[in-house]
Amino acid sequence: MDTQDLIRAMTADTGRRALPLGTAWRVAMGLALVLAGAVFAVALGPRPDALASLETARFVFKFVVTLALAASAFVLLRRLVRPGEETRAPLGWLLAGPLLLIAGVGLELLAVPESDWAQRLVGVNARVCLTFIPLIGAAPLLVFLAVLRHGAPTRPALAGAVAGLLAGGMAGAFYAAHCPDDSPLFVATWYSLAIAGLAVAGAVLAPRLVRW
Amino acid sequence: MNGRNEGELADLLRAALAGDERRYAMFLDRVAGLVRAYARGKITHGGVDAEDVVQEVLLAIHLKRHTWLPQAPVLPWVYAIARFKLIDAFRRRGRRVEIDVEDIAETFAQPEVETVSARDIGRALDGLAPTQRSVVAAISVEGRSVEETARIFAMTEAAVRVALHRGLTAIARRFGRE
Repeated sequence: MDTQDLIRAMTADTGRRALPLGTAWRVAMGLALVLAGAVFAVALGPRPDALASLETARFVFKFVVTLALAASAFVLLRRLVRPGEETRAPLGWLLAGPLLLIAGVGLELLAVPESDWAQRLVGVNARVCLTFIPLIGAAPLLVFLAVLRHGAPTRPALAGAVAGLLAGGMAGAFYAAHCPDDSPLFVATWYSLAIAGLAVAGAVLAPRLVRW
Repeated sequence: MNGRNEGELADLLRAALAGDERRYAMFLDRVAGLVRAYARGKITHGGVDAEDVVQEVLLAIHLKRHTWLPQAPVLPWVYAIARFKLIDAFRRRGRRVEIDVEDIAETFAQPEVETVSARDIGRALDGLAPTQRSVVAAISVEGRSVEETARIFAMTEAAVRVALHRGLTAIARRFGRE
């Protein structure tokens, strides 16, 4: 089949239109939120004092950090599925969450006596955090990988990693409502580890699942 | 010159996305010329056939045309796909390559025509299911219309279109595995 033949076949196929990426993202985000929310509600649920805790800065800060990460990852990911899009600036925005967290850790170190640092870092349920953030984020990660398949990422491993960060930021925000540990020291250690796990999973899975 | 090329190609692709088959053929033809020049410039020794890369890029462009934003420039999109597919082709031949994004500038606006090669016409069609193969061959190689093809195989036009689309998707998938 020479190239002109192929062009003829593709021309005849003009009428078939794929789902626009904007619509795909809206569906995916809705689905990811529902799935993450369902796993969270069934397995954990919010802690009893969640509403009252909204007045404490440390509790709210957990949402600020995880949602900043999710938002910056989402902006970047939308560009990564379109070939030829400029991604350098949004790659920089990805630092927003980590920088906020570093600032929070700095303030915590100033506010809390040194003798309490270790206990705040270890917290009371690090293992639950390391288990449930990946568990809540797993379904959203798969949903986002499906969007990558629908798109055309020219850097699949990077796109997969960013999909993991998005899923991880989302899962972290849900988990934060349950988690009794509010210290930025705890968040910087265990949330980061759990979210990094999802990013690695995305980077490993995407090049295998996203063939185009 | 690049500016004109860019503007005209964007117009053609916008028309194509709105359903204009004739302009879509023009778009694909011009893109084929650009990608051919690009691929030939990058393939310095054997192992990878430039025309294979051209076809693979065209198929990717066709199946992923929803990833182009109608207000975005079209050439960076085309070359990003071409570069991705070329690197993929090299990789499948077991070679690691780095291609600078900036490199594409030199090949802008110098389209090249396909040279006649002993391309095996059936090869791309071989892996297809029988119906898909007959439909794709009738429309591409024999140059028949969807209506004619439907009549010949006693199918509905909708079924012909589905078989054509699935056939093209299957060819694109095969390309990636060879």
